[in-house]
Amino acid sequence: MASLRSKFRPWFAARCAGLAGGFVLGIGLSYGQATNSCLECHSALPDSLGVTPELFSQDIHAQKGLTCVSCHGGDPASDDPDKSMGRKAGFKGNIERRQIPQLCGSCHSNPAYMRQYNPSLRTDQLEQYSTSMHGKRFAAGDTKVAVCTDCHSVHDLRAPGDPRSTVNPVNVAKTCSRCHSDADYMKPYSIPTDQFAKYNVSVHHSALAVRGDLSAPTCSTCHGNHGAAPPGIDKVQNVCSNCHTFQAQMYDKSSHKKAFQAASLPGCVVCHGNHGISHPTDAMLGTAPGGVCMRCHTPGDQCDQARAKILSGLTQLDGTIRSADQALRLAESSGMEVSEARLSQDQAQDSLTKARVTLHSFQTELVDRELQAGLKIAAANRQAGKDAMVERNRRRVGLGVSLIAIGIVLVGIWLCIKHIEE
Amino acid sequence: MTVFAALFLWLDERLHLDDIIAFLRHKTVPTHRLSYWYFFGGITLFLFVIQVLTGILLLLYYRPGASEAFESIQYIMTRVQFGWLIRSIHAWSANLMIFTAFAHMFSVLFLKAYRKPRELTWVTGMLLMFLVMGFGFSGYLLPWNTLAFFATKVGTEIAGQIPIIGKPIMIFFRGGEEVTGATLSRFFGFHVAVLPGLVTVLIALHLFFVQRQGISVPPKLEVEWTANPSAKREMRFFPNFLLRELMAWYAAMGVLGALAALFPWNLGVKADPFVSAPAGIKPEWYFLFMFQTLKLIPPKVWFIDGEVLAVLAFALIGLLWLLLPFFESDQPSRMKVWITGLAVFAFFYVTGMTLYGFLAK
Amino acid sequence: MSAAHLSQPGPPRRRFVEILLGGGLLATFVSFLYPVLRFLVPPAVPDLGGDEVVAGKTGEVKPNSGKIFRFGSRPGLLIMNSDGTYRAFSATCTHLGCTVQYREDLREIWCACHNGIYDLSGRNMSGPPPRPLDVFGVHLRGDEIVVSRQRGA
Repeated sequence: MASLRSKFRPWFAARCAGLAGGFVLGIGLSYGQATNSCLECHSALPDSLGVTPELFSQDIHAQKGLTCVSCHGGDPASDDPDKSMGRKAGFKGNIERRQIPQLCGSCHSNPAYMRQYNPSLRTDQLEQYSTSMHGKRFAAGDTKVAVCTDCHSVHDLRAPGDPRSTVNPVNVAKTCSRCHSDADYMKPYSIPTDQFAKYNVSVHHSALAVRGDLSAPTCSTCHGNHGAAPPGIDKVQNVCSNCHTFQAQMYDKSSHKKAFQAASLPGCVVCHGNHGISHPTDAMLGTAPGGVCMRCHTPGDQCDQARAKILSGLTQLDGTIRSADQALRLAESSGMEVSEARLSQDQAQDSLTKARVTLHSFQTELVDRELQAGLKIAAANRQAGKDAMVERNRRRVGLGVSLIAIGIVLVGIWLCIKHIEE
Repeated sequence: MTVFAALFLWLDERLHLDDIIAFLRHKTVPTHRLSYWYFFGGITLFLFVIQVLTGILLLLYYRPGASEAFESIQYIMTRVQFGWLIRSIHAWSANLMIFTAFAHMFSVLFLKAYRKPRELTWVTGMLLMFLVMGFGFSGYLLPWNTLAFFATKVGTEIAGQIPIIGKPIMIFFRGGEEVTGATLSRFFGFHVAVLPGLVTVLIALHLFFVQRQGISVPPKLEVEWTANPSAKREMRFFPNFLLRELMAWYAAMGVLGALAALFPWNLGVKADPFVSAPAGIKPEWYFLFMFQTLKLIPPKVWFIDGEVLAVLAFALIGLLWLLLPFFESDQPSRMKVWITGLAVFAFFYVTGMTLYGFLAK
Repeated sequence: MSAAHLSQPGPPRRRFVEILLGGGLLATFVSFLYPVLRFLVPPAVPDLGGDEVVAGKTGEVKPNSGKIFRFGSRPGLLIMNSDGTYRAFSATCTHLGCTVQYREDLREIWCACHNGIYDLSGRNMSGPPPRPLDVFGVHLRGDEIVVSRQRGA
């Protein structure tokens, strides 16, 4: 029988072990009350053979009305193990790994059949799988690669939209890492096992898992899910450009594109990495460690000069925005109202963002255009902050004048009193 | 000056101002070591007039209503010429007025000016005190910023703690179960119509009593002066005391202007009922002593809920405070010592708790 | 102050005090009255209503084009359709807050940051944006295009 993979999480363990019999559907919850001798026995069995009604009620197949019999065959009405798990009842027993894709595909690749349940579900998963790295190796006889149940779980299989599903975007990386981060398991294959670790410190991970932005990429976004395979060195840029269109457009008209293609370098990945993509900083344009340009370019050459120009431009705009922020903050704390300038600061920040995007064209004139626009706005805002302080000082002068006048009146009244009381 | 003389003559022919003039001429103010405290009543009145004037000016631009209130004040602060000045003066003067009202009350308390025959003056004065705090509470909500919103929420919630009648009172003040735009409308109505009307009537009464009965002197001094009339020191109200009052009022104007220009009142952030309350929400300083007491009371005292007990206690103390003069009789008695002691305790309690509440997180 | 007392011309020092007092009083009255009078004059911009703003004038925006305007403290997008009608939305992209723009070539609203696309009803059609754009009401007042927040929208 199939080997027990103890490494997998407990709720995974049940699927591979020898399961026999049927289930009682959704005990205590919402499902059919037909007798199910499968679950009656198997809910009491130990982990590898154990499937409880509570567990199975979470499964989407159970919720759609399928039962143990649908995949395993057998006769759930009978309590006699010989009858319920007998050949005559069509009992298949534990499904071998080699048979899993075919078994799942027997329904999921059948559009006419799937239409009854969810007409909008795709039915090409098996076809895609056969094009994937997993599928190709599987066809060649490797049973270590992922099959359907490895990623989707079994007996408590949830729809991808369910946040507890193993294939929900927020969980996908963890699911992939179960094999791909296991150095021992991955020994026969010559690929690294640090992707998950790297991804976890990446900006994409923090967008997805921390900030909850479901549009952020996870493993399957760039590699595909059923048709999972690396995109290919010369296709990396296409993948990134699906979201980062502007940068890709800039990169397209840049000198780097041709150069990287000619050298078979993987485009965006050269500077940004692939799995451990961290938030880019202006320091990447610098010469310190962390700077990417000087890895290839010669100090002093034309490109180095362009790099220095772009970097200094970005630094200047960033500095101007900050000093404008400071001036506005000072004005605000003195009670002056500068909300219009504050709003305009957003525009200046936008210009800075645009400049950082435009630098992917590696053309200094284009970058400079954005920088100049931003500098103008930021400088105007800084001026607004200063003007507010001038107005504040004017108010204080006005106050001073009126206080002097009040002081004169006080003195005058006092003298008046003195005079009257003589 | 001849213009004034002519004008006076014209009015006198029609209204016979002689007796009024005579009265004013004879009105006196006692002078002694502690007569500086006499200014506080007048300053409070002056600040109230400032409030009415700046309030009316603000009314020209303010829009009550959850969607517009905050923006209208932002408008006043940024677009209206000297709007920042009028609004900041209004806010500062409110705080100063409450402070001088407290000072006036405590000075009357310690100088024992509330004793017979001035009980009614005290009663009207205390009612004015409560109304003035109501002004502060209702006005605070009008900018509809986060701090004000939650301060109102907490404050009305505390009122709701009173057994039996608390909930209806809370719903009455809130204009519903929760603090909403309806609360704002209601508070606006209280602030610009109901309270000004009540306060005007009470001020009129209060001043009438003061004019009728003259200014009181501390008991010891009264005994002395009755025994020895030649020792009496007083000054004419008109023009001597009035000129001094004028100086005080002018100085107050200077202080207000300085505060408004150097520390303009800030706008805050527009209230969002769905955001959770910011940490450390506190009411304005003049409610701090009660608020701090509520925070310190243990959750249960015997079988009574601590907060309910505190609220009831404050209500009871307020009532007793209102009726304070009636507990004292003319003859020296232990009651007088008790009341003096209580007054001292109250003073230190209020100031102490206010400071504590201010400094506590 | 008794009228008789002050109507007599007194010694020079007395006169000095009078002038001082009179001048001071006048100065303070002016310093009180001047702000009040300025306050009473309505400012040029009559409205900082949180709910409404003039986004532009008719003729300013061409058919099939968009304009960014300020609505309170956030940017708004005013679009004139090819048929001459107007639409207005919040210009803050619901993904990460970048300012969106109108794309004449696509006749759609586009966010340059991560290629988010909204249709002309503000609905998020493709890309990362998780929610539609807030829709504002537009109506014309004379030659002014007035944009207002929808109530309960």
